[in-house]
Amino acid sequence: MSTPVDLSTTLGNAWFPSPLFTASGCASSGKELAQFFPLKDIGAVVTKSVMNKPRHGRPTPRMAETPSGMLNSIGLQGPGIDAFLANDVPWLLSQGSRVIVSIAGETVEEYAVLARKLRSTAGISAIEVNISCPNVENRGLVFATDCDTSARVIDGVRKVIGGEIPILAKLTPDVTNIAAVAKSVADAGADGVALINTVLGMVINLETMKPHLGGKTGGLSGPAIRPVAVRAIYQVREALPNLPILGMGGVASGRDALEMILAGASGVSVGTASFGNPTAIIAIQNELRDLLAQRGFTSLSQAVSYAHR
Amino acid sequence: MSTINKAAAQVTATVISNKRVGAYHQIILSVGEVVRHCRPGNFIAIQVGGDSSRMVLRRAFAISRTSENAQFGGTVELIVAPHGTGSKWLCAQGEGVEVDVVTPLGKPFGVPTEPANALLIGGGYGSAPLFGLADLLKSRGCRVDMVLGASNGSKIYAPMEGKRSVNSLKIFTEDGSMGETGRVTSQLSSIIEERGVEIIYSCGPMAMLKAITEIADSHGVVHQASVEESMACGIGICMTCVLPVKDSDGKISMKRSCIDGPVMDGSSVCWDLVGKSTEGF
Repeated sequence: MSTPVDLSTTLGNAWFPSPLFTASGCASSGKELAQFFPLKDIGAVVTKSVMNKPRHGRPTPRMAETPSGMLNSIGLQGPGIDAFLANDVPWLLSQGSRVIVSIAGETVEEYAVLARKLRSTAGISAIEVNISCPNVENRGLVFATDCDTSARVIDGVRKVIGGEIPILAKLTPDVTNIAAVAKSVADAGADGVALINTVLGMVINLETMKPHLGGKTGGLSGPAIRPVAVRAIYQVREALPNLPILGMGGVASGRDALEMILAGASGVSVGTASFGNPTAIIAIQNELRDLLAQRGFTSLSQAVSYAHR
Repeated sequence: MSTINKAAAQVTATVISNKRVGAYHQIILSVGEVVRHCRPGNFIAIQVGGDSSRMVLRRAFAISRTSENAQFGGTVELIVAPHGTGSKWLCAQGEGVEVDVVTPLGKPFGVPTEPANALLIGGGYGSAPLFGLADLLKSRGCRVDMVLGASNGSKIYAPMEGKRSVNSLKIFTEDGSMGETGRVTSQLSSIIEERGVEIIYSCGPMAMLKAITEIADSHGVVHQASVEESMACGIGICMTCVLPVKDSDGKISMKRSCIDGPVMDGSSVCWDLVGKSTEGF
């Protein structure tokens, strides 16, 4: 198969040579995956959501494998934005990698502080504003479960960032109407949405007969949640045909990536699949290219949203 | 700054043999040239269940021993307890089956630069990586004593050829079905004194490693512990296998056992904080 397919894509005003990205929280800051493939060969590395201060995260056990998926309960462990910007971003850029920085905060103000620090950092392709991490103590802190709080966070970040760097709001599927939340963040200035974060779940350990995870609840990821992600992408695309979508949730093969693209995603992140296979993202990229060619597409952009016809 | 093992590679391995040994399976995989970079204490992450599996995560196993020969090239030996769905699948694979592996992973045991009196302590199949380590320490002129323990005799892994690489071997079982009744720590203080132990290497359950650390610290003996925490990826990207570790300034941080371990300085691990929230520390 040698039909050339143009895989390049855009999210807002950011251009990427490939639509395959790492998923936030599933690639750390890229160093470990770089042992297995050159990071510049994929669309971008989406770094693990970073907060203003260093953070230990939740107690162990932090992981439980589930049928075709897993629960994680990390709780945003990380070095804090200052160390991250000093060490991780320059290293990624030195590798020729495109970088999407994911940020997470406990308050609207913290997101604005993070945005201020990012504004003065050169070379970042886009910012993912994670307003949907399920692993926080207070469910009220999952901003993306409410249209107004979601909009306030995005509005705060937008005002600081100006129009130069695209902002993607990462949303949770644990809501009744995800398109309404997408509309509220788009109205507040988001250039696109990242769909979906993990689905809140729980596993009970039959030996202890108590919740298995240290944090009791965790985020479900992997192929088990893929249909939920495809549905969310389709619904948001239907409601907001011009809002770019970065799709994610259980993508493990080229067909999975194509499914999200047909539903309306301009880019696709690979997360849990990388845990099982460090080169999964490269295999998926190659499979996607072949699948597009087999269907007569000469560019990725022709396939985006093709299911809506 | 901690980094992934620079020799880590993803390769297709072939099952060369799979034998039942007591409660465990001894599995030998041909892995090719990457074997040259495998050191005692390193581990291997194996994809399990086949293409249509509902198991999405790799399984990590300590490398017990390595060898290179003309027939099979580089091989690694694993000692696997068929406990969960993934390890049961692996134990059911026969000769000739191909599996996707990533190895060598993690930090290996550190070996003293001068000959020293070493004590190797294994709990259950935690003895697996200690036999390869014993060979290496012997070749460096160390005295190597070994203590193994388990709940019962069928869970002691101590192959004949492995026994040859140690100066002495003492076995404890909780039910007394093999060796002496007790735990690996039962006579640890007197063993350390009688043998003039200068360094302890251990591998086994967390509670055992904690108990050894307390005794080793009280004797001022260096203790390298190979920890076991559940991992999703084995390559440092998932942040699930963390342990609270304090640095020389007493500052605690959550270290990945797949990257900063599995071999850690026992006295740097905050064993009492494992499984607890450390946010305030």
